Amino acid sequence: MEATIEVSGLRKKFGPHLALNGMTFTVEPGQVTGFVGPNGAGKSTTMRVVLGLDAADEGTALVGGQPYASLRHPLSHVGALLDAAALQPSRSARNHLLWLAHSQGLTARRVDAVIEQAGLESVVRRKAGGFSLGMRQRLGIAAAMLGDPPVLMMDEPFNGMDPEGIVWMRGFLRSLAGQGRAVLVSSHLMSELQDTADHLVVVGRGKVIADTSVRELLSAASRDRITVRTTTRSEAMTVLAHAGATVAATGRDTLTISGLPADRVVALLGESAVPFSEVSAHHASLEEAYMELTKDEVEFRAAAAEDTTEEAAR
Amino acid sequence: MTASTVTQYRPAQRPGRDGFAQLLRAEWTKFRTVRAWVIGLVIAVLVMIGVGLFGASAGGSSCQAVSGGPVRTGGACAPTFPAGPGGEPVTDSFYFVRQPLAGNGSITVRISSLTGLLPPANPGPVATDTRPGLVPWAKAGIIIKESTRPGSAYAAMMVTADHGVRLQNDFTGDTKGQPGAVTTTSPRWLRLTRSGDTVTGFDSADGTHWTQVGTVHLSGLATTVQAGLFATSPEYSVISQNFGGGGGGSILPSQATAVFDHVGRSGTWPASAWSGGYIGAAGGSGIGKYHQASGRFTVTGSGDIAPIVAGSGNSGDPGKTITDHLVGTFAGLIAVIVVATLFITAEYRRDLIRTTLTATPRRGRVLAAKAIVISSVTFVAGLVAAAAGVIIGAQVSHARGSLVFPVSWLTEVRVIAGTAALVAVAAVLALALGTVLRRSAAAVTIVIVAIVLPYILGVASILPVGASEWLLRITPAAAFAIQQAAVQYPQVNALYTPTSGYFPLAPWAGLAVLCGYAALALILATIMLRRRDV
Ligand SMILES: Nc1ncnc2c1ncn2[C@@H]1O[C@H](COP(=O)(O)OP(=O)(O)OP(=O)(O)O)[C@@H](O)[C@H]1O
Ligand SMILES: [Mg+2]
Repeated sequence: MEATIEVSGLRKKFGPHLALNGMTFTVEPGQVTGFVGPNGAGKSTTMRVVLGLDAADEGTALVGGQPYASLRHPLSHVGALLDAAALQPSRSARNHLLWLAHSQGLTARRVDAVIEQAGLESVVRRKAGGFSLGMRQRLGIAAAMLGDPPVLMMDEPFNGMDPEGIVWMRGFLRSLAGQGRAVLVSSHLMSELQDTADHLVVVGRGKVIADTSVRELLSAASRDRITVRTTTRSEAMTVLAHAGATVAATGRDTLTISGLPADRVVALLGESAVPFSEVSAHHASLEEAYMELTKDEVEFRAAAAEDTTEEAAR
Repeated sequence: MTASTVTQYRPAQRPGRDGFAQLLRAEWTKFRTVRAWVIGLVIAVLVMIGVGLFGASAGGSSCQAVSGGPVRTGGACAPTFPAGPGGEPVTDSFYFVRQPLAGNGSITVRISSLTGLLPPANPGPVATDTRPGLVPWAKAGIIIKESTRPGSAYAAMMVTADHGVRLQNDFTGDTKGQPGAVTTTSPRWLRLTRSGDTVTGFDSADGTHWTQVGTVHLSGLATTVQAGLFATSPEYSVISQNFGGGGGGSILPSQATAVFDHVGRSGTWPASAWSGGYIGAAGGSGIGKYHQASGRFTVTGSGDIAPIVAGSGNSGDPGKTITDHLVGTFAGLIAVIVVATLFITAEYRRDLIRTTLTATPRRGRVLAAKAIVISSVTFVAGLVAAAAGVIIGAQVSHARGSLVFPVSWLTEVRVIAGTAALVAVAAVLALALGTVLRRSAAAVTIVIVAIVLPYILGVASILPVGASEWLLRITPAAAFAIQQAAVQYPQVNALYTPTSGYFPLAPWAGLAVLCGYAALALILATIMLRRRDV
């Protein structure tokens, strides 16, 4: 089986509300794909459609080329963590994994293996209802790993995790991708995906805004942006804006300029005798790049998307 | 990094077998790992037994003996009833004009009238006089009886007030002969022929053309038996049929008088003369006499030759049926309904249903597995509770000196296994409704209102009998009919109401009503589960 998730043209309405509006992307094996977008963008809905829990009005979702509902031992094809709180509180963590294992024809030995993998050995006999959110996330990971699936899909797995847990989770996700599995991880906090995701599917209002590798996105966001440090901010802004640059004040004495190469900026400032202490290439964080993308998705579509494709073509 | 450079992941974990058995196992694991549910079922069992025991020990009127019996001292009092050949308690009191019959032979009579006296119409403080009239099952005729011991085997041909000619034997046997009432212008000829342990009954309108009514076997009948004429008349009961109150009526003796204007015999009758006497405990109803003049006999008697029925409308039930020991079923059922509903609604409450349906996308199978698991565990719980209830209840009733109506083992198995089935099917109904509604409180309420409430309304003396019976016909509570142990005898007039333990539907028909509801709910649940987003 191909370790992929292929989502194509998904549309889904909840009453009058259009939750998915032509959602289309593919999750490739061997990398962590970040699935990001603001609240209500349709990430969870997409995942539910992939798992056959919600029916899409239009479009298809395939896992390894097959609809999820046709899979016989689905947990050995896809491991999913939708909602870590989806537990019977009075059932012990181990028993939760046990019934799941039984439903797939797996044994208690496999249960113990995933418990170890998720680092839950010391707490598995406790009632799941007493688990902290972070512990529940680990339990959810253990459940997702039961069938040793080539495809993993997790909805906000970093939620409620302490810094140590986040570090562990990042390493874990990276190692899964390293084993050649396809890993889709949703988040609305870009910072969580920094150093974790290789690829990003950015969504807004039910459709994909950007489907790009993290490297490309970062360079696109940083590429023609320049940071200028100056004590005479307003003069500098006037001069550069006049020359056609987009200028933003990003600090008390810093400006971020796009639309002009660095040498032109230096020349312009020199010609106009505006003092400046530093001109440097801007290094965008993933967060910044993402904010840029989702700031106004309509505007984005017109300009930035075109931009990225051009960039990629170059 | 592109997809083509990536080595695809090859799972080390081999998928297990795919089968329904695994799904059953998973659902069973789910069930047994929530302690509250297991405890809930244990509580259901205990409540069923406990409330049933209360039912066994309730009712202090068991001292009231129908045919009059010795009263034991020491708190508990035991009515003593003669036991019929089948072991069932019987009434065997009548006036008997008899002679021994040695070996084979026959007796033939002509009856020219059957009249009687009924108790006062308004038995108030000012007693009015008795009035002429007959109760429907007033009876007189000829009888061949093993001995004069009450409860001994017999066969009798008789005329009755409202039910024509009958051939009756051993208290429960009843065969119809010529219809119509007997009058001087339309007398009845009756004949009994004994050959070994076989007795054949005939009737005739003219003494020439005889019709065989039936043949009965009185196994092990002694060579010499008692044979002759009899008359008896059941108690007259004024029962308010509007409301299902058990003892809501006055029960007073009535009497019947028959004129036999021809008596013929064949065979060996060693005695030289007839002797008259009252059979059965004399008590208050031991009215009887006979008069013989020029071959014409006038026999008057009071009482009955019939099985005693549970809840016969007498001032106290003569005894308990095993149904009485299972009155806790409705209470246990409440716990079962809660557990069965939670088996699915708890998953909806926590969205665990998503995990379940992710693990098994074939949703119909999930529901089927859940239904099988919940019905199996509740069946076992019901079986344990019903068996224990019947066994312990019998002991408690015996210890308290009340009679427990004996039932055949087949009936006992039907009642116990049927109770378990009732509990199991109710659990499936609750599960299905829980699936449809996805809310615990709503589903539990509806199922309790559908099963437990109509049962309570039906068997308690709350509603008119007609309304009670309709409730127990059309609601899922009809299934309680499976618990009926009391036998309804057409030849005994009694209060056959739900309150007395008589359900309007036959046992399996009643259970089938519940099964129908459960099946409908399950179909609806399957459709909705398949269609809905979760
Ligand atoms: N069951 C539902 N009924 C009605 N509306 C729904 C339902 N599920 C989702 N929605 C709506 O669909 C839209 C997409 O929701 P979804 O949960 O998929 O977003 P999301 O990207 O996961 O957001 P978040 O980051 O907050 O988790 C939202 O506007 C949400 O209100
Ligand atoms: Mg979400």
